[in-house]
Amino acid sequence: MGSSVTIAHYILMLQGMLWTIGLSLMGFVGGTIVGLPIAIGRISQSKALRRSLGLYIALIQGIPLPILMFLCYFGISVAGFNVPALVAAGMAMTAYASAYLAEIWRGSLQSVPKAQWEAAECLALTRLQRMVHVILPQAVKISIPPTIGFLVQIVKNTSYAVVIGFAELTYTARLINNSTFKPFVVFTVAAVLYFAICFPLSHFSRRLERKLKRA
Amino acid sequence: MGYEFDFSFIWDFWPDLAWGALETVLLSGASIILGFVAGAGLAVAKVHGSRTVSTLANIYVEAIRNTPLVVQAFWLFFGLAAMGLRMPAFYAAIVTLVINVSAYTAEIIRAGMESIPKGQFEAADCLALSRRQVLFHVELPQAVERVYPALISQSVLMMLASSIMSQISVEELTGAAYGIQSITFRGFEIYIVVAVIYLLLSVLMRFAMEGIAQLAFTRRRRLGTPL
Repeated sequence: MGSSVTIAHYILMLQGMLWTIGLSLMGFVGGTIVGLPIAIGRISQSKALRRSLGLYIALIQGIPLPILMFLCYFGISVAGFNVPALVAAGMAMTAYASAYLAEIWRGSLQSVPKAQWEAAECLALTRLQRMVHVILPQAVKISIPPTIGFLVQIVKNTSYAVVIGFAELTYTARLINNSTFKPFVVFTVAAVLYFAICFPLSHFSRRLERKLKRA
Repeated sequence: MGYEFDFSFIWDFWPDLAWGALETVLLSGASIILGFVAGAGLAVAKVHGSRTVSTLANIYVEAIRNTPLVVQAFWLFFGLAAMGLRMPAFYAAIVTLVINVSAYTAEIIRAGMESIPKGQFEAADCLALSRRQVLFHVELPQAVERVYPALISQSVLMMLASSIMSQISVEELTGAAYGIQSITFRGFEIYIVVAVIYLLLSVLMRFAMEGIAQLAFTRRRRLGTPL
């Protein structure tokens, strides 16, 4: 029963993989654009700002990503626009990544020793100068391993776009399985493709972390 | 914007949502408990196992942690069906979640085991405890207590991730929402409601797991101080 998995199917899956990478990049770039200001806002002096940004993060982190996908998907059509699933998936990934990246980067900013702030203040740098020239460069170094680690989460979680029918790797694999009925072959290939993206990233992240710890 | 929000239909469907929420809770509860046991076993295999055993445990953990949950679920669910094994979707979902969460739990508990001060083991040796006793009375309890906050976060993430099991036709909360959506065509409203239910569930879950910590960790109960 079912037909065999052909070269054409494998090419389709590779195309799906490209969409997975594309969606991951959208999530990471969007998540950076939204998440970095949030991270900085989370350590601002205004309590109201800190609280409301904290609420945003708690909200996004308490809602499953598939539900975020649905909300973006139906939300956009409710607002009167007719856009492809890619836009909805990109928005959901942006919201998701921004909340987690903001928390990672807030942690990195806060782990810069306090003496650095004080020294910068003694040099009569303004708050902006302190941030840009003293704190951020040091925080970036601390933040690289966990950020790369989170990239793995982004790549894996783009698979949730399957719920709104966006043709990334998982969705393509399911389509192929529906027509060939060779689940072990199809999903093993899909898993291997994901592994090929994710494992180097998590390995690299761990190595950097160890290096940073030694330094 | 010409769209009018209408939440009135929710009242007609509240039993579906309640059942869905219950199924999500059962699914996550079972997976957390079984996943914890399997994860602790894996952590012990990684730390104390022979070279072969710990390598195998490492391969398992890396394979699971670097592939998506959805693909794992499809692999198992459709794969079993192709082999002619009929397993109800609910149980297939539990098996997938246990396989998945045990890999993450193993990493967390391993980190806990490695952070225990050496003095604890020397003290255990002085008390002439056997290796087994050291493992179950010194090493594992302290490791779990140290990493408990991470375990709570992991469990909440897993509960949220269980929503994807609707894709293998489990009628949990997201599956119920999808059913209601296809009847009422009010997708936006229903997913707002479901998002709120998930938020409540994650708050409740944190609360419940904090409660379990109060009961489980003697130090906390008697002295009121975490480790």
